[in-house]
Amino acid sequence: MLRLISERLISTVILMAAVSVVAFTLIQLPPGDFADSYVNKKAQGGVVFTLEEVDEMRRQLGLDRPLYIQYFDWIGGVLQGDFGFSWEYHRPVSEVIGERLGLTLALAFSTLLFTYVVALPIGIYSALRQYSIGDHAMTVLGYLGLATPNFMLALILLYYGFKWFGLSAGGLFSPEFQEAEWSLARFWDMLAHLWVPVVVLGTAGTAFQMRTMRATMLDEINKMYVVAARAGGLSEFRLLMKYPVRMALNPIISTLGWELTNIISGAPIVALVLSLPDTGPLFLQALLNQDMYLAGAMILVYCVLVVIGTLVSDLLLLWLDPRIRLEGAR
Amino acid sequence: MTGDAAGVGASGAPANKKKKSRTRDYDIATHWQLMWWKFKRHHMAILGLSLLAVFLVISLVPEFLAPYKPHSRNLRYAQGPPMGIHWFDPEGGFHLRPFVYGWKNKRDPVTLRRITTVDESKRYPLQFFMKGEAYKLFGGIDTDIHLFGLEGSKIHLFGTDQIGRDVFSRTLYATRTSLSIGFIGVILAFILGLTIGGLSGYLGGFVDLVIMRLVEFIRSIPTLPLWLALAAALPRDWTATQVYIAITVILAMIGWTHLARRVRGKLLALREEDFVLAARLSGCSHARIIGHHMLPSFMSYLIVDLTISFPFIILAETALSFLGLGMREPAVSWGVLLFSAQNVRSLVLMPWLLIPGLFVVVAVLAFNFVGDGARDAADPYAK
Repeated sequence: MLRLISERLISTVILMAAVSVVAFTLIQLPPGDFADSYVNKKAQGGVVFTLEEVDEMRRQLGLDRPLYIQYFDWIGGVLQGDFGFSWEYHRPVSEVIGERLGLTLALAFSTLLFTYVVALPIGIYSALRQYSIGDHAMTVLGYLGLATPNFMLALILLYYGFKWFGLSAGGLFSPEFQEAEWSLARFWDMLAHLWVPVVVLGTAGTAFQMRTMRATMLDEINKMYVVAARAGGLSEFRLLMKYPVRMALNPIISTLGWELTNIISGAPIVALVLSLPDTGPLFLQALLNQDMYLAGAMILVYCVLVVIGTLVSDLLLLWLDPRIRLEGAR
Repeated sequence: MTGDAAGVGASGAPANKKKKSRTRDYDIATHWQLMWWKFKRHHMAILGLSLLAVFLVISLVPEFLAPYKPHSRNLRYAQGPPMGIHWFDPEGGFHLRPFVYGWKNKRDPVTLRRITTVDESKRYPLQFFMKGEAYKLFGGIDTDIHLFGLEGSKIHLFGTDQIGRDVFSRTLYATRTSLSIGFIGVILAFILGLTIGGLSGYLGGFVDLVIMRLVEFIRSIPTLPLWLALAAALPRDWTATQVYIAITVILAMIGWTHLARRVRGKLLALREEDFVLAARLSGCSHARIIGHHMLPSFMSYLIVDLTISFPFIILAETALSFLGLGMREPAVSWGVLLFSAQNVRSLVLMPWLLIPGLFVVVAVLAFNFVGDGARDAADPYAK
């Protein structure tokens, strides 16, 4: 058991190292560096730099050194919590991300919670009442949920929110709470807004997990051990929860990391449409402006979240399924 | 594999069970025939297939089906709402040839905004096979016939955008772009997956280890940020065609992993099968064993995987273009069209700009239906 966990931890560390290289490569990909795009931007405002000045800027920013040195410089800083300097915001990247990361995390975990809280009961219900009206309705909803792009759903919600409730929807706070200090009222106001992105982000995943739960439950409920337990006189609820549901949870838990990947993937675009003050719009803007330390840090953060999610789902699976534990012990 | 077909014959036989001859059909049917019979029993899958056929026709001849070119403008009807096609006039009279009402522009006295209202006094009957803007059919045949249009006015079934371009025509053209990106992307991913997965499964050992670690690695990175970063790296001054190719390649580069793993798994499992051993003992070459004996037995699974990965690529392209990082004007794709519906203000003013999104949803639904049917049909011998 311990060996299995430590193996997973080691491979996670290797994975993280690889991810950091990819993140660094990606931010190096765009033609031209920050000095170029900075000069271009200033030139539009009428400010012209001489070639010497640009070179001086490169030297100061360390852009003239070999790539691998720039990489080790960067990753060395990252390990000490220093993600570099955002030239766009003229502040350390860790600060810029730090004040927005909380919301991204809150959003991701609320969405994850929403997905499972909604999907599991519906999946179980659909399997127990196969081909009932409820099952058919949920199937249709599930298909639609899987087929609608996140941002479409966000746009539709925005449109009807405006049309029916006059909400200038989007954002995370009502205007009166926008700049207010944290208080219980402001917290409630945030919750009242948070459900929109959570539903938008969670719909596809919910639809998928619902289908998985239904399919595995259908496989399980006709098996002999269920019949045997029923013949033994167990109450129907206890019987379901203790045997087939527990079996059916297995594929659900093992896709938890993957589910988190999807949520993290979809989050930036939804945040942009709904104008949420989280890391999504920050990331997109950084990519467009080639603000490389910021973009790189964001890619790194997203990947770390996903890797941690996968690790957690693996550990959960160990806890849930004794068969895997036994195999690991051997 | 084919050996047990006779054994389960009765359970999976086609609907017409009364006649003995139908059962005989089942016994002598080929693998693909059996799959088709099984597929046909899925009504949703057939519906999906028909929808895809419609999409195929649209992408082949959008020039003919669309009344206007994607960039022609009708400035006087800019930001105009969709026009309805009517069979009944206000007096209740029936017209066999459907017609469209005329329209009037007014200024709102307070906001000075232009308001377009329906003018029921004017009626324009729908004309079919009408002469319009010239175009080349299939890229070669010069013609100017369009499926429908109006004499003396213009028809905008899905309304017009900010600068008066016909959303209906643009959506049809966009269908071609978006579906072809999906198609080429899936084919590229298929080739990559087949080759890399095949190598991995066939060579085994160290190569297998490296490739599988690589696959796991790519799969553990959140895809959209990766796509975004890659797409953002494309030079801004590239032409629409260059961007088109680049986006397709980017989408395929991430899409192949699933398929590679599938191919590898199947190859490894099949290597141990008796019929492969038999083929080897009869002196078949490696190429023949793989191509003739192994590949056909999991081809159907690969086709299922292809159908399933199609929607992912379509959704990814739409998302990229929607963010302005994928295809850009003057190219038209579903994502590019939705790009103009990005903020609430234009959405409230022109909700019809979301109609291209419906096409995305329907296309993805159709592929999912076909995928579900194909998944069942892939193993025609299972009950």
